[in-house]
Amino acid sequence: MTLLILGAVQLGLIYALMAMGNYISFRILNIPDLTVDGAFALGMAVSVMTAATGHPILALGCAALAGAAAGLVTGLLQTRVGINPILAGVLTMTALYSVNLFIMDGKANQSLFGHDTVFSLVEGLGLSKNISRTVVVAVIAVLVAAALAVFFKTRPGMAIRATGDNEEMVRSSSINADASKCIGFALANACVALAGGLVCQYNQSADTGYGSGMLVVGLASVIIGEAVLGHGGVTRGLYAVLTGAVLYQLIIALALKVELLPAYGLKFVSAAIVAIALAMPKIKSSVKNILKKHGKAGV
Amino acid sequence: MAILQLNDIRKTFHPGTVNEKRALDGITLDVDAGEFITIIGSNGAGKSTLFNAICGSFAVDAGSITLDGRDITDMPDYKRSYDIGRLFQDPMKGTAPHMTIEENMALAYCRKASKSFFAVNKKDSAYFRELLAQLDLGLEDRMKTKIGLLSGGQRQAVSLLMSTISDPKLLLLDEHTAALDPATAKKVLGITVDIVEKTKTATMMITHDIRAALELGTRTIMMDEGKIILDIKGEERAGMTVDDLLNLYSRESKKQLANDRMLFSTQKE
Repeated sequence: MTLLILGAVQLGLIYALMAMGNYISFRILNIPDLTVDGAFALGMAVSVMTAATGHPILALGCAALAGAAAGLVTGLLQTRVGINPILAGVLTMTALYSVNLFIMDGKANQSLFGHDTVFSLVEGLGLSKNISRTVVVAVIAVLVAAALAVFFKTRPGMAIRATGDNEEMVRSSSINADASKCIGFALANACVALAGGLVCQYNQSADTGYGSGMLVVGLASVIIGEAVLGHGGVTRGLYAVLTGAVLYQLIIALALKVELLPAYGLKFVSAAIVAIALAMPKIKSSVKNILKKHGKAGV
Repeated sequence: MAILQLNDIRKTFHPGTVNEKRALDGITLDVDAGEFITIIGSNGAGKSTLFNAICGSFAVDAGSITLDGRDITDMPDYKRSYDIGRLFQDPMKGTAPHMTIEENMALAYCRKASKSFFAVNKKDSAYFRELLAQLDLGLEDRMKTKIGLLSGGQRQAVSLLMSTISDPKLLLLDEHTAALDPATAKKVLGITVDIVEKTKTATMMITHDIRAALELGTRTIMMDEGKIILDIKGEERAGMTVDDLLNLYSRESKKQLANDRMLFSTQKE
């Protein structure tokens, strides 16, 4: 049981990176970004191929850079060519499927067994497997969250927040809204791909199909985190997302453990969580109206 | 010296279709430094379109726009806005609702702000506090409040500060008090006059209130169907009454002023 919880926390911390990416596009830029599914698998592909050459740390950097490039493409498709944001994300995601296969030498799976990973490097320092894994993911997740929190308080970061908050205002101020969006998407997908790169080294394998549904998993984490820690500034939001991602993985792990649902039911549950959470304001107001009506009828 | 020079600006929307609309039909205008121009005209006369052209929301079909000696005709909108402050009728348009008052002002202050790592810093905040205190709305004690929680009038007052905080060369006010209740509108208008007088920024203000158009500012222009049909200042303007102006409008545009809003707003409140 302890192992189960520990494993869920480790995965949760990795997925927290992806959820932070989702938070940037969905909450800060206020545009759902469908690049995520492709960017996650891209991070895996880049990470597995680079780590296989013996550079696991470089692999994570490359994964993040590749993700940033993918995000930039989506951003440019939206701002330069004027493609609808959802479609722009779908286009990049679809194209990435081929790109990922190309990176992985045309194979849908690649294994990292027998190669060093960031986890095995830390283990080499004399820590136990579970401790080293937890330390690595916790340090990376907290560092990235802290770095993002700081970034969104600097001028470029504030410009991105303002672009998502009131684009019209930004256009009439001296901020380049298109550039803000592109940087935002690049940053978001860098986080997503970094998560993909870490998952790949964690599992010691990469799979081109692994990314599908990741957007929904990320959004579920964002929503759970906000439900627990509430809405607030960006800093609080980022830590809420971190908490949400860990909670989400714990819930899933427990649900699987008690065989509440089969493993293939996961995506359904994720989608349901997101749909219900997004429907909540509407449901609340409907319930209020119904209660009001009945209250009046009673008098 | 002219701060803004418009030379024969033309813009037609949907050319070659049944919806063809000649929105700007050869606008030539010089705005001098320190001038405060009020702009009137019925709906669809091209007043807001003129502002959009100056700000670069679209490319003009013909003509040139010069701001402080620099040709900005082909400059993208966000670059022009370094030098142009703009306020809209909708108080929601000028501020980012989920960011605090302080953060909003820091965004607007980009040109003159201290070169600090964080956008919000002590030195700038002290200055923002001072500016907010001058509004006399108690906002200086609510700098960490999200702007979305303020009333329309408060938001518009903050927007006004934001659009003038970086000393723009030109201030464009597009009926910025029209969506406010009369008392708040009066207050915001008062703040506007104070700021314009203090900063001596060249200002253009669109209004539907003909009385205000004549009372405020130093020059009044009237637009109709994409043209400037009247341009008065100095003594000629000083002696003008609301009725004179309405008569002039009928004569120049060869039609009665059939705009309820304009007629209503000429009556005393």
